[in-house]
Amino acid sequence: MVERVQPGDTLHPGRPSTVGRYGIGARINHWVTAFSLILLVLSGLALFYPSLFFLTGLFGGGQNTRAVHPWIGVLLFISFFILFAQLWKANLPRRDDRVWLSKIKDVIAGHEENLPELGKYNAGQKFIFWGMSFLILVLIGSGLLIWEQYFAPYSSIPTRRVAVLVHAIAAVLIICVFILHVYAAFWTRGTLRAMTRGSVTAGWAWRHHRKWLREIVGQRKIGPAE
Amino acid sequence: MSDSPRTAVSNPPVQPMASNLGQGDLIRRSATDELPPPQRQLTPVAKLIDVSKCIGCKACQSACVEWNDTTPAVGENVGAYTNPHDLTENMFTLMRFTEWVNPSTDNLEWLIRKDGCMHCADPGCLKACPAPGAIVQYTNGIVDFIHENCIGCGYCVKGCPFNIPRISKADHRAYKCTLCSDRVAVGQGPACAKACPTQAIVFGTKEDMKRHAEGRIADLKSRGYANAGLYDPPGVGGTHVMYVLHHNDQPHIYAGLPDDPKISAVVQTWKGLTKYVGLAAMGFMAAGSLIHGVFTRPNRVSREDEENAEKLVKTGGAEPPPPAEERA
Repeated sequence: MVERVQPGDTLHPGRPSTVGRYGIGARINHWVTAFSLILLVLSGLALFYPSLFFLTGLFGGGQNTRAVHPWIGVLLFISFFILFAQLWKANLPRRDDRVWLSKIKDVIAGHEENLPELGKYNAGQKFIFWGMSFLILVLIGSGLLIWEQYFAPYSSIPTRRVAVLVHAIAAVLIICVFILHVYAAFWTRGTLRAMTRGSVTAGWAWRHHRKWLREIVGQRKIGPAE
Repeated sequence: MSDSPRTAVSNPPVQPMASNLGQGDLIRRSATDELPPPQRQLTPVAKLIDVSKCIGCKACQSACVEWNDTTPAVGENVGAYTNPHDLTENMFTLMRFTEWVNPSTDNLEWLIRKDGCMHCADPGCLKACPAPGAIVQYTNGIVDFIHENCIGCGYCVKGCPFNIPRISKADHRAYKCTLCSDRVAVGQGPACAKACPTQAIVFGTKEDMKRHAEGRIADLKSRGYANAGLYDPPGVGGTHVMYVLHHNDQPHIYAGLPDDPKISAVVQTWKGLTKYVGLAAMGFMAAGSLIHGVFTRPNRVSREDEENAEKLVKTGGAEPPPPAEERA
């Protein structure tokens, strides 16, 4: 039960009432990660598709793109795994997730009334969280192996061939996950403010994460009595 | 001056002349899909290295260093003649010395192979290169690195089946043997071939070199080297640097010369299938999102949701939340 509500998830009664979802630290990490990912996608695609090589112009040419891409990767890795430490508990799989997944058609159609009450995250959000976590590990691992400037001598050429292929496949997958993540955040109106202002409306929480809302409201009741 | 030089032996004309290798002579250009067809077909050239004639003097290395004006670092003696210990960005060619005991004769054979770029007809480096125009192939078969376009990513290292390109730590650009493209462009043969005192290295048209090799192989066979042969590996479409090997049935004894070199299937997948499937996957996600966005209504919080939420907040969650199990 404890996992569903995280420290900092607080209720702010008012008109309308809002619920704190992300503290300032988590939001900063999120946006550092997001911005890094966008830069990595642009520079990575430039080196993957010759027709997109012109994108290296954004980074000051091919040499600079080659030099800066791995460092942005390191930044993303660090910032994401601070975020990971903050969010992983709330993303552990629960029984509700299976029910939610079995009703994926209702999810896609937006028939939220047919879905179970959920904690802080639904199975789709958890998929994005664990998908990103796994892919970022794969990307940093394979990326270090093919970081020519510093790490080339530490692995054999056949190993690096595999690493560069794995890096490309993982990159494609993370771009797919990224598209899903961004689209879902836009489609589910009222979500973006969780990562800007840090809070969502109580109505949003009722609609999408009712169990989470109930617990926060319940905790507030218990809080002063102690 | 119109075509490829026929030999490395003749002395150069002393008057300056224009380069005979230009953009119109390119048959391949890295990361470039629509390369205009070459304006003419130059006669394919080749360097033939007859390992049975090599005396290991390293004149070719010296000539290479001198012509290309590179300065390999002074090395350390670790008990082998091979010096420096590996190809570097400042050493484009290297005599590799191998002491090999022939199991059929129990004789020690001192194998000396001049290592360096093989100038593959199907170059793995060029296939792997992401920088437009950093690697080019001329119609005469020379594969050349154009350093000003190189970004130093090291993909060519992964693409090459012979472990040839080296990335400079100083300027982060890839270096290898150019087959002296700058000399060939003005009617000269490569510096190494010019310097070789035994003519173990010869240069000319690929046809001539193959014919020359035939004579050498016949000679070696007559001396008891039954497996003597020409190393012109078909897995990379043939090469424009070829070897005459006395043991052509086992190239690997010559300091790891690949028996059957070809561009790695991993590299082929990375540069082929992954690109197309990747584009399809990313396109599918983007298009799917777009279609979903157009054909479904946004998932909005309803008035009812808001009222229910405010009710819950006001009552302070007086009614206990139903346990998770019941909902399932």
